[in-house]
Amino acid sequence: MSQAKEFADETGQEQAGAHAAPHHHPANLAHHFSDMAQQKDSAKMGMWIFLLTEVLLFGGLFCAYAVYRAWNPEIFHNGHAFLDVTLGTINTIVLITSSLTVALAIRFLQVNKIKLAVINLAATIAFAGTFMVIKYFEYMHKIHEGQLPGKFYTFEGMEGTNPHVFFSVYFLMTGLHGIHVLVGIGIITWVLIRTIKGHFSSEYYTPVELTGLYWHLVDLIWIFLFPLFYLVG
Amino acid sequence: MDTTGTLFFPPGGSTYAGDVDSLFYFIYYASAIMFALVIGATIFFIIRYRRRQQTGKTYGKDHNFALEVTWTVIPTILILIVFVWGFRSYMRMNVVPRDAMEVKVTGQKWFWSFAYGSGASSVNELVVPVGQPVKLLMSSRDVIHSFFIPNFRMKMDVLPNRYTITWFEATRTGEFDLFCTEYCGQGHSEMIGRVKVLGEREFSEWLDAGSGPGQGESLVDYGRRLYTSRACNTCHSIDGSANVGPTFKGIFGRQEAMVAGGFITVDENYIRESILQPQAKVVAGYQPVMPTYQGILKDRDIDALIAFMKSLSNE
Amino acid sequence: MAATITAPAPNYLNATKGWKSWLLTLDHKRIAILYMVAIAVFFLVGGVMAMLIRLELLNPGRDLVGANTYNKLFTLHGAIMIFLFIIPGIPAILGNFLLPILLGARDVAFPRLNLASWYIFMLGGLFALYSIITGSIDTGWTFYTPYSTQTDTSVVSMTLGAFILGFSSILTGLNFIVTIHKLRLPGITWYRLPLFVWSIYATAIIQVLATPVLGITLLLLVVERLAGIGIFDPAMGGDPVLYQHFFWFYSHPAVYIMILPGMGIISELITTHSHKKIFGYKAVAYSSLGIALVSFLVWGHHMFVSGQSELAAMLFSFLTFFVGIPSGIKVFNWVTTMYRGSIVLNTPMLYALSFLFLFSIGGFTGIFLGALAVDVHLHDTYFIVAHFHYVMMGGTVMAFLGGIHHWWPKMFGKLYNEFWAKIACGLIFVGFNVTFGSQFILGSQGMPRRYYTYVDQYQPLHAFSTFGSWILGAGFLIMAVYLIHSLVKGKRAGSNPWYSLTMEWETSSPPPTENFIELPSLTHGPYDYDKVLPINVEPDGKPAKLKEAVS
Repeated sequence: MSQAKEFADETGQEQAGAHAAPHHHPANLAHHFSDMAQQKDSAKMGMWIFLLTEVLLFGGLFCAYAVYRAWNPEIFHNGHAFLDVTLGTINTIVLITSSLTVALAIRFLQVNKIKLAVINLAATIAFAGTFMVIKYFEYMHKIHEGQLPGKFYTFEGMEGTNPHVFFSVYFLMTGLHGIHVLVGIGIITWVLIRTIKGHFSSEYYTPVELTGLYWHLVDLIWIFLFPLFYLVG
Repeated sequence: MDTTGTLFFPPGGSTYAGDVDSLFYFIYYASAIMFALVIGATIFFIIRYRRRQQTGKTYGKDHNFALEVTWTVIPTILILIVFVWGFRSYMRMNVVPRDAMEVKVTGQKWFWSFAYGSGASSVNELVVPVGQPVKLLMSSRDVIHSFFIPNFRMKMDVLPNRYTITWFEATRTGEFDLFCTEYCGQGHSEMIGRVKVLGEREFSEWLDAGSGPGQGESLVDYGRRLYTSRACNTCHSIDGSANVGPTFKGIFGRQEAMVAGGFITVDENYIRESILQPQAKVVAGYQPVMPTYQGILKDRDIDALIAFMKSLSNE
Repeated sequence: MAATITAPAPNYLNATKGWKSWLLTLDHKRIAILYMVAIAVFFLVGGVMAMLIRLELLNPGRDLVGANTYNKLFTLHGAIMIFLFIIPGIPAILGNFLLPILLGARDVAFPRLNLASWYIFMLGGLFALYSIITGSIDTGWTFYTPYSTQTDTSVVSMTLGAFILGFSSILTGLNFIVTIHKLRLPGITWYRLPLFVWSIYATAIIQVLATPVLGITLLLLVVERLAGIGIFDPAMGGDPVLYQHFFWFYSHPAVYIMILPGMGIISELITTHSHKKIFGYKAVAYSSLGIALVSFLVWGHHMFVSGQSELAAMLFSFLTFFVGIPSGIKVFNWVTTMYRGSIVLNTPMLYALSFLFLFSIGGFTGIFLGALAVDVHLHDTYFIVAHFHYVMMGGTVMAFLGGIHHWWPKMFGKLYNEFWAKIACGLIFVGFNVTFGSQFILGSQGMPRRYYTYVDQYQPLHAFSTFGSWILGAGFLIMAVYLIHSLVKGKRAGSNPWYSLTMEWETSSPPPTENFIELPSLTHGPYDYDKVLPINVEPDGKPAKLKEAVS
């Protein structure tokens, strides 16, 4: 009861001053939250639920992978030989490093070392870019060879019935992952600009933290994709 | 065996139809009793406890353990009965008896064809003997169809990439509807066949007769019979109206514009080609949706159909 | 009348003006109204299509439209009603409007995301519209492969539309979950939440967990059509039945996205209008979650005749029955709630009673379909059509209409004409039963669904059903007239016309922009009807005897 009363008093004040500038409000607190902790908790929970939906989205594709692998073990075995393990390994290292740099960026924001945070965010973007460049060369090679999904498949050097199935699943999964990397680059660029403008500090860095969570998930999905396509034969 | 049908069911015609009906009516009456209780209580409460001018406070008790357990346990028991009964009957419907006669069923847009062990075949008319289990080995040439005989309470999807198997044993002679129940496009609602259950002797006569012209039947008459029995009529009219395909009325000798450009005069060879390779030369204004009749129509059947079309042009 | 007329306090409707203030609003209540307008239009379109479908089925053969047009009509009717009306309907309109108020919050957790959800929803609607303009679609709303990969109609844009609508649904669900967890007023514990909130919560969980799988399924279908990857194409080593598994893994839980919010509304209507404490609060609350969880394990019951293994069929049949139990418990709880209550038969209550009647029939007929042997006969016949209309329309739509009539005074501050509202409700109830009751018999007699023509023996029942659709149409027409009339000329509603105890009635009608001028007192729970007399309500809308009763 008394707790509710307190809350009522506090919010009553806020409501009275709702149209005027809420001067007692922290600048980054949206009008409908009562304090920063509530806002941050909400944002984090929302992000976790969003990541859950992402896992389920990819989950559908992993399911498809399992089914088609079970039906066509031969072409999945033959197919993986056409993927470049070296490039895949480099990409894995690149992406894991980028996860580290984004985590460092958040850490530096927590201790108010804005400049180091900026450097680390920029490094994350650079690593993500490197990943996409390597992916681009891998894709170009496959397009050149005709190792493509479905009706675009023209490659003739692979044994087994329906060899295109392997490349269909490969392009679907790595493609969707690639789109997530591109979106990630966009979001990290956005938080980088805001960090440079000085919007974030140890007081408020929720957007960077959420971006970090998203980026870790993108990284994690690749860590599953890499062995499933490149290593398991 | 009931032959009149009930409010909910057409007359049964297979060995397991009675079982399905009994389970249906068991659920029906159990549900009806519970429904009557729920609605009866509702109506009683509405009348008894309607709001009056002077009314006291309402009742505050919000749980009653015995009541809640009762209404959880009784429905649970009932549905367990229904589950076990339903599953057992389902197994009976799915496990094919060893001595079953096999018929190969092919579904395609938009007709059914049947091939019998003896080499006989039929279209849109499944002919079976009474009192003998019939195993249906089914597949589709294009999209998913579903094979449904309401009188037999029997249904099974027909898939393009694998065989599905089901069976029935007809308990009485007669003719029954056969529907496609998986939506398959334009002709879905006309993908209707018949099931003809014959006595054992009539059935073997039918098998022996094969599907050739009957005694003393002219080629034109035989062609006319094929026109319906081979389901040409699903897509081609004989009264001049356009359907899925061009009408047969006056088709022989007609100049038709082709989808690929140019014109073709319809002659014997064009008809033959269109029956066996329907996609080769399609008349402008129509979709290339006709399935091939390769293997379904024999040469003399095609001759008969050509004769029949000629007769429609001479009228 | 008071001598001094003070200007009415600003409310969310008139606080700001101009179309921009609506299209860029972050107020959950205005966003609810935006959804309401859009969804009403979609419902009208879907409804007109339903009338045309029934008209075509009046006689066998071609009455009105040919096979191709008919196939497009039933596909669009299904797709529009499901993706654009019934899935978003209750959560996006009533959920959006009420959820923050019921929690004592000023808005949902992410207001901008909430507005974005509406725009995504409209974008999905535009894709659907584009599909209709460019040749429409004739696959049925289920988009079954391989038909959907072969037909030359506009499948890609419609599937993309459904994919986009899925995102809107996910984001709304996410927003609601966080709002319920984080934005409750201190003092509102989980067990003090109105049951409508519980049902929205259960719904949101399904939206978040199931919709991504539909997303990926539809995406696969699109890629299949564009690139021929052969995932579902038997000719290329794929399997069309896999599509069905994927599709129903979402679409069966989606059925509960549709019905659970309706059940939540019924809990509110029956308690308020019976002035009675809900019977078995926890049973009703947890049965929502129970239904949500079990709903993920029953998708295979759509495929009993698809050639799946007997073991799978047995498991799915068994689990299916266990969705029935919690639904049954809810119905028993609602009926028992009326015991020794103080029941008023006003329009919202009539809809709640219609729900009880129709949803029970829908539920019981579900038992027939769960029983394997019987389902073999009834699968894909009109029995199914009747069953899901009884659940979806007799259940969800009745609850939705009841909710709209219950909260209309709150949303717009106006009362509608009670006489005409009852007439419309009666017509809808009778028309509905005539239309769909007859279809149970049609179906068990063997009439397959998705037929534009049929064999002659089914004609009398089809004609009867079509006749019912006209009664139904007349009911909705009357409703449209008196609701619009009430907006223009309706009497002003007090803040609490139903003497309800849930929190939305403690603020003015319509509520102010941030929901409460003065925060709710929290002196009583949402269902403490046993502590207050039903008719003693003070002019400010607060139940008079409450304070002393609760002490």
